[in-house]
Amino acid sequence: MSLENFLILGAILFAIGLYGALSKRNAIAVLMSIELMFNAVNITAVALSRYVVPASLLGDAASITDQAARTLLTGQIFSIFIITVAAAEIALGVAIVIALYRSRETVFVTDATQLKN
Amino acid sequence: MTAHDLYLLSPELSMVGLATALLLLDLFVARKSLILGLGVVGLIVPLGFTIALWFTIGDDSAAENTGVLAGTLVVDKFALFFKFLFIGAVAVVGLISVDYVQRFERFRTEFFALALYSATGMMLMAATVELITLYISLELSSLPLVALAAFLRDGRSSEGAMKFLVLGGISSAILLYGMVYVFGFTGTTYLDEVAARIGDLSANSDQPFGSYALLLGIALLIAGFGFKITAVPFQMWAPDVYEGSPTPVTAFLSVASKAAGFAIILRVFYVAFPVEELSIEWSAVFAALAALSMTVGNLVAIAQSNIKRLLAYSTIAHGGYLLVGLAAVAARTGGDEVDFGPSGVLFYLAGYAVMNLAAFSVVIAISNHINSDAIKDYAGMAKRAPYLAAALAFALLSLTGIPPTVGFIAKVYVFGAAVNAGLEWLVVVGVINSVISAYYYFSVIKVMYLSSPQSDEPILSRFPIRLAVGVTTVGVLVFGVYPIVLLDIAKAAAQALFS
Repeated sequence: MSLENFLILGAILFAIGLYGALSKRNAIAVLMSIELMFNAVNITAVALSRYVVPASLLGDAASITDQAARTLLTGQIFSIFIITVAAAEIALGVAIVIALYRSRETVFVTDATQLKN
Repeated sequence: MTAHDLYLLSPELSMVGLATALLLLDLFVARKSLILGLGVVGLIVPLGFTIALWFTIGDDSAAENTGVLAGTLVVDKFALFFKFLFIGAVAVVGLISVDYVQRFERFRTEFFALALYSATGMMLMAATVELITLYISLELSSLPLVALAAFLRDGRSSEGAMKFLVLGGISSAILLYGMVYVFGFTGTTYLDEVAARIGDLSANSDQPFGSYALLLGIALLIAGFGFKITAVPFQMWAPDVYEGSPTPVTAFLSVASKAAGFAIILRVFYVAFPVEELSIEWSAVFAALAALSMTVGNLVAIAQSNIKRLLAYSTIAHGGYLLVGLAAVAARTGGDEVDFGPSGVLFYLAGYAVMNLAAFSVVIAISNHINSDAIKDYAGMAKRAPYLAAALAFALLSLTGIPPTVGFIAKVYVFGAAVNAGLEWLVVVGVINSVISAYYYFSVIKVMYLSSPQSDEPILSRFPIRLAVGVTTVGVLVFGVYPIVLLDIAKAAAQALFS
């Protein structure tokens, strides 16, 4: 497996998520699409941190320098933070969908049209 | 983590402590109105710490002062400047929501506590020099804002919050995608190291930023940040969210959230992507965004009949004026005053904060009484509430940019920076737009002073609201007549970006 495969996978997932977030009518499906975008970013982050450690930093595998180790881990730590924040965001999103349902009896974003010019 | 680190983080820690203490007090204090007052007074603690840090740490760039939590946060005058701004904004929001919180029944304390948490996130945003920390603090500031936008729990408020959350989520994902590419092709998330790696890459390559992937990353960053500062074409969420949200939240969004967005843009682009070392200039992109934001914001504002929506579009237009300052990078033309643009942006943000908060304070004082935000219901306000009408008129004159107000000085300063950087065409666009904006600001003043009132009942408001209106209006006047103190502070703060 090369880096390109992971980046292409990430880009395709990101595009699918973006399309879904902009085109889905159901608010829950929109939230799921946003989650897909976050996960595309996660794949990209982890793949980049694995493959794009400058060769000069790595040296031979036995003696990985501190800086190389930091670069290796940064992408993975980044993705853990993204997962955590995305969970908080979705919790908030579902709460708002429920509030919207209570006042409007709908979960379709196309029906939320009270605010207009 | 030493005691010294705790001192460096004390403004943020005391903000979080204050918010949590209010939530706990709420459990066993019967008079809820007391808690809000206590919260506003309690802001003296973070303010005191920030002032202490400004005088003890601000100029000292020794290593133990610049890096907190593995060097992800710094305490410099740039960060401290924004801490003052956010503490001031949240204090005014606390004052003006004194009557408004009655609508939230049981959740009055939670309302202000969430605003404090959001302000904490913004304070961290201004202090961060690392991409992961930047993302976490950005979400810490925006997730409480989404909850606040939904606080009225009626159809309009929920709808606004839903749009805020969905478009905010999409923009976060775009921003993250950009950050990940910047990280992947430089191997670091620290802004100063990013700048060093890009310098190395650019030296060995004729591609922009050293590689097209990095260029993609930076384009995505601009899109993600553009959402935060409501730059056209990323502004579509703003009018709906501003109209649906509780009015104090709208005021907070339009002032503090926007200032936080400019804080991270200044930090990221001046520290990680300094122009003189790169083969492509991001300032041209910001110049285009500035021209678009000013023009679209002002033209659409003309057609508005709701004062909150009008101020929303005016916010978009002012985002455009601020972007003029951001685009004015003196290094482009070899100008000697390198910090002219950034310090202009900082001065404009502070001035914009006082004049917009003044306008919103009056809007809240009036809507508490007449329960309407329609401009036609402001007819004859000059007779029903002479002081409020005068304050709103003065704030609107300042937003237009007419002397002797802070809005005039701020525009002069930002446009001056643009001329200095060789962006005369952008200044012409800006001045034409100021003239367009006069039309809709003056039409509100006309309705208040020349139309006959719908009833003769006078509008009275309580002391905290009068205090907020008074303080912000005096701020508009004082900074307009005697701007030199604020200018010096803004210059000192902007200097931190170049050290």
